[in-house]
Amino acid sequence: MITERHLNLLILAGLILVPLWAWAADEPFTITLATRAVIFALAAAGLNIALGIGGLVSLGHAAFFGIGGYAMGILAHHAQSYTALSTWPFLIEGTKSMPVIWLVAIVTSALAALVIGLLSLRTAGVYFIMITLAFGQMFYFFTISWAAYGGEDGLSIYIRNDFPGLNTLDPIQFYGLCLAILCAVLFATARLMRAPFGLALNAARQTPARVETVGLDPTRLKLAAFVISGAITGLAGALFADLNRFVSPTMFSWQMSGELIVFIIIGGTGRLFGPVVGAATFVMLEHWLGGLSEYWLIYLGGMLLAIVLFGRGGLIGLLTRREGGA
Amino acid sequence: MTPLLLAEQILNGLQFGVMLFLMAAGLTLIFGVMGLINLAHGSLYMVGAFAAAAAAGATGSFALGLAAALAAAAMAGALVEILVIRRLYARDHLDQVLATFALILIFSEGTRWLFGSFPLFLDVPGALSGPVTLPGGIQYPLYRLALIGIGLLVAAGLGLLIARTRIGIQIRAGENDREMIAALGVDISRLYTLIFALGAALAGLAGALVGAIQSVQVGMGEPVLILAFVVIVIGGIGSIKGAFIGALLVGLTDTLGGIFLPELFKLFMEPATATSAGASLASMLIYILMGAVLIFRPTGLFGSRA
Repeated sequence: MITERHLNLLILAGLILVPLWAWAADEPFTITLATRAVIFALAAAGLNIALGIGGLVSLGHAAFFGIGGYAMGILAHHAQSYTALSTWPFLIEGTKSMPVIWLVAIVTSALAALVIGLLSLRTAGVYFIMITLAFGQMFYFFTISWAAYGGEDGLSIYIRNDFPGLNTLDPIQFYGLCLAILCAVLFATARLMRAPFGLALNAARQTPARVETVGLDPTRLKLAAFVISGAITGLAGALFADLNRFVSPTMFSWQMSGELIVFIIIGGTGRLFGPVVGAATFVMLEHWLGGLSEYWLIYLGGMLLAIVLFGRGGLIGLLTRREGGA
Repeated sequence: MTPLLLAEQILNGLQFGVMLFLMAAGLTLIFGVMGLINLAHGSLYMVGAFAAAAAAGATGSFALGLAAALAAAAMAGALVEILVIRRLYARDHLDQVLATFALILIFSEGTRWLFGSFPLFLDVPGALSGPVTLPGGIQYPLYRLALIGIGLLVAAGLGLLIARTRIGIQIRAGENDREMIAALGVDISRLYTLIFALGAALAGLAGALVGAIQSVQVGMGEPVLILAFVVIVIGGIGSIKGAFIGALLVGLTDTLGGIFLPELFKLFMEPATATSAGASLASMLIYILMGAVLIFRPTGLFGSRA
């Protein structure tokens, strides 16, 4: 048995070495799979702040994933068709620059998280789950009927967007970019968990009444966590859209929200690297089981049931044999 | 906009609403009594539709199809309750969400494996096909009218069951204090299985009835499930009355919004823009309704607790 800290370092080494090996062996598909896993991990790491630390079971995080995706899709679509996004009151043009797209993705998904959070946090428990699910679905149906940006068919972007100094079309360079963002977010999350805000949020999950007695507002703490969480998932959405060079309403689907929760639980709730382990396991299973059987989701379902019913603490809990987490 | 078209759309909205009620009633009962959030309720709707399509296809009888739907959904519900759900009552909502999400994957892929990916079709029974002329000269499909009738009958029956019968007393007691009724000698785990099977049967019935006017396919349950969530959030979790009012509100809002918003927008916009803007807004209308209800009553119209 190893400690969680050592396991985390091992995972990080794997995230660096496996794609490097694939690069050396000239297997670009493996790098693409790894990129997919890293982006899912980032999206789930965002959700983990709300769900793992804040205890907010959001079944609507696909909303932010999709908003990030559409931020990329819409900006790049206007850039590739040389049309302006809007001409009044300001001239806004499309862009192919990743940093600008990321900023837009983060700001728009944070704003959406603020509005959804303000409404949803008026309630708690099972109401919260259903309401976030419903808001996610609202975006799904909205994009389906939004004919200006492809409606049900979505938007195709012909060339991946640019990042200064990198050739983003090279799989290993794009992977490195995504991994760097994931590491930065995980590092920030680790700091956040130890910072006064993280400690207060953790306490707000466990005993809101006590947090209130010391003069903090648990709802505001949770709202802040929800907004940060939505912004990170939105950034992941923009990267995911860039990976596929395609956005469609399926990014908003409720299955996506469910899968984000699944990543966290497979890895281990409230653990820093839980989303990474969960997303990597999911992508590997999808690849291997999906190759074996068309009905691989049955096996995934069975595995999930087993984890929920019998194995607490997810895979990281299993490997480190230590209950608990954040 | 003619009054005739308005009346027809109101009937459509009612029909949609009562079918949503059949879904929402089971969900809200299961939550009210057992405190369980069941995402797999949509799968039971799908099971009902597939059972009806298979049985009606084999025997040619729609009534046998309905019976098969009720039986299959109730049995699937009871089985799932005994094997899985029972272990989740004491767990937190996150575990319940995850386990029932896993059940959806198993049900959906299992159905796809059994029946294939192509949709099945369930025909409207001969006796109920064709239009009927209502007072005022409205031509309306008889089958849809029958759906409204069946939905209202089931709602009334469910109300009586809960208000007047021994089982109903036990259900209401279970909502309030489960230890107390267990101490009074009621077999609580049998009661839970029964309620779960009842909710499942209602979902299966809705699936079979709606299956005749839509195609029967894998994944048909989840959109309805999410609308049923909206219904019980609006009505208040645990309240059958709330589920009924909420279902009618959602059914009418969704149907009328889809028809009238584009028309309304045409009054001050170009027709093409009006159609697309109206359709976009209409698709969000019930969620806006839900948001509005939440602002004024965070526990829903008839809810007492969060």
